[in-house]
Amino acid sequence: MDSSVPLLISVVTGAIGAALIAYAFSRAHGNVLIGGAIGAIAGAAAPLIFMLPLNYCTFEAERESIDVAFGLLLIGIALIAVIVPVRWISMRLLGHQSVIARQIVPGAFKGKWTPWLLLAPTLAILVLFLYYPSLDTFRLSTLLARLGARRTAFVCVDNFTRLAQDSGYLNIIGITFFISIAIVVIGLALSLAIANLAYLPIKGASIYRTLLIWPYAISPAVAGIIFLLLFNPTGGLINYVLNGLFGIKIGWLNDPAAAPWAVIMASVWKSLGYNILFYIAGLQNVPKDLLEAAAIDGANAWQRFRRIVIPLLSPITFFLIITNMTYAFFETFGTIDYLTGGGPVNATTTMMYNIYEVGIVNNDLGKGAAQSILLFAMVIGLTVLQFRTTGERVTYGA
Amino acid sequence: MASETQTIDREQVAELSATRATGLRALLPKRLYAHALLWVACLIIGFPLFYALLVSTQTNSNVYAYQFTPGTAFADNWAKVMVERSIWRYMVNSIFISIAVTVGKTVLSLLAGMAFVYFRFPGKWIVFGFVLITLMMPTEILVIALFRFVNDLNWGNSYYALIVPFLASATGSFLFRQHFANIPAELSESAQLDGATPLVFLWKVLVPMSWNTIGALAVIQFVYVWNMYLWPALVIQGQDRQVVQVGLRTLIGGDASLSFGPLMLGAVAASIPPLIVFILLQKQFMSGFALTRDK
Repeated sequence: MDSSVPLLISVVTGAIGAALIAYAFSRAHGNVLIGGAIGAIAGAAAPLIFMLPLNYCTFEAERESIDVAFGLLLIGIALIAVIVPVRWISMRLLGHQSVIARQIVPGAFKGKWTPWLLLAPTLAILVLFLYYPSLDTFRLSTLLARLGARRTAFVCVDNFTRLAQDSGYLNIIGITFFISIAIVVIGLALSLAIANLAYLPIKGASIYRTLLIWPYAISPAVAGIIFLLLFNPTGGLINYVLNGLFGIKIGWLNDPAAAPWAVIMASVWKSLGYNILFYIAGLQNVPKDLLEAAAIDGANAWQRFRRIVIPLLSPITFFLIITNMTYAFFETFGTIDYLTGGGPVNATTTMMYNIYEVGIVNNDLGKGAAQSILLFAMVIGLTVLQFRTTGERVTYGA
Repeated sequence: MASETQTIDREQVAELSATRATGLRALLPKRLYAHALLWVACLIIGFPLFYALLVSTQTNSNVYAYQFTPGTAFADNWAKVMVERSIWRYMVNSIFISIAVTVGKTVLSLLAGMAFVYFRFPGKWIVFGFVLITLMMPTEILVIALFRFVNDLNWGNSYYALIVPFLASATGSFLFRQHFANIPAELSESAQLDGATPLVFLWKVLVPMSWNTIGALAVIQFVYVWNMYLWPALVIQGQDRQVVQVGLRTLIGGDASLSFGPLMLGAVAASIPPLIVFILLQKQFMSGFALTRDK
């Protein structure tokens, strides 16, 4: 590698950072030179987040162009991750606002160390069993490592860039999104329809609610086991009914086109209770006078539902989209493992299932860690999306 | 003037609701329609578990003959599930782990919530962010690194591996923080005047006022731990400490052909404890959720 590469990168990112922060300062009537200086330092330092651990290996001469592109992507991510908070903090300082909100704590207890003692167990466990493994996942993703073997080999970003060239893996991403989107769309539509009946103050409403919500307590694994019976090609009830009604038999568990639907239906069933619960809570919050006013203005039931209820429920819908997506990404593992084992011919191998197969079954920790990080990035993307969309949505009424 | 408009408004509202009441009475069949649809929904949702319960009394030949009456093989299936494959052993393990994690998480979350609401300390918001951000880190993603770490601690194949990593809860700390923040500050002020220490205040005042939140959290955590599958499958070998979700595998493997009766009996049995917890704490669970809705 050319030794001037690190310098070149930091000069470029420093210039970008200087421009961005200086611009923000000029708009906020701050000192442009100071802003430029802060931005230059932050921008120049940002690439180090990834490039110090990687030692700029993506820019070595013998690397393929995809590795270089991935390195640039990492630098871009690091730049965003540094510049956004620096801009936020410096803007607050410019406005003479305190960065850390002033604490007014009525009824506070005295004691300097007591809060830390109270927090110590929680923080210790989070650091040891969440933060440390998270960082270790990043480290592992650059290695060729096996469980039980002490020796590891540094492979730069191969574990990531090989994924992009692996058509099998692109297929797995496609399957994951297909299954997840189907679970979200079907699950939310059904639960909204049912909640729309169950939130009414009718006789026996609480009994209905219990009878609708209990699948929340069923595990994804048990859902897989029960649907293994229902979807059994020869003895299963679903094919028995389909055969009786339409004269068809579907190879739910051995037809690659049908198997994802078996997973989808089992997962929708299992998560229905949770979704209904949240929609009932949301529907109870819809102001009655708004619906009455619309009824007086001549809106029919469907128009009221479409134009008033659905927009008012949008924060809950977004929340449920995120929780159902994470359910579909991770929790379906138990269902899939019992129902299809990821088959037939990988038709139900989701990204999470593949992490298990690659990282644990094949004992290739580095590849598994790299795929975990990709999935991690998707979860963070979805969460950020959730915060942005629900933050911007206007909620009418109380 | 203001009171006048109010009375007029009230009259109008009374009128409106009167017409609404007669309107609803006229629409009685529509309500029956809602009842009928809800019944159908409850039946469809309940059917898979009900059918599993039915099959748990049957032999495979009953299943393949689509017999919809209880079979006579319940005793045989029970013997296979509980005696031969010792599913009860896995259930005891699961109950132990679920209770341990639920209790531990509740205690740790109470302490953390207390620190966030009743104390002043530098960097509080940073610490809170540090806790809250872990909501975005599902254990499943860290499973490979965590597996390695737990093996380095020599916790492989032990209860520690199933309990300790799950004792801290961002959800719990957040829920209790929200709940405590809504409790009037006068309570802690007068408690301090009486010379109560923070832990005494927590135990005597806050906990009795928090049963709804504690109950809601207990349902969430118990169900979460009971349903864990991937992690125990990785860290636990052998049946002494295995959990029931993984233990059910022994009802599939080993046989020449799959026999559904024992498998369904195992699946139903494995669902009973979380269902009991859910039904017992249902009221707290629902009101706890209503509380968490952001307003």
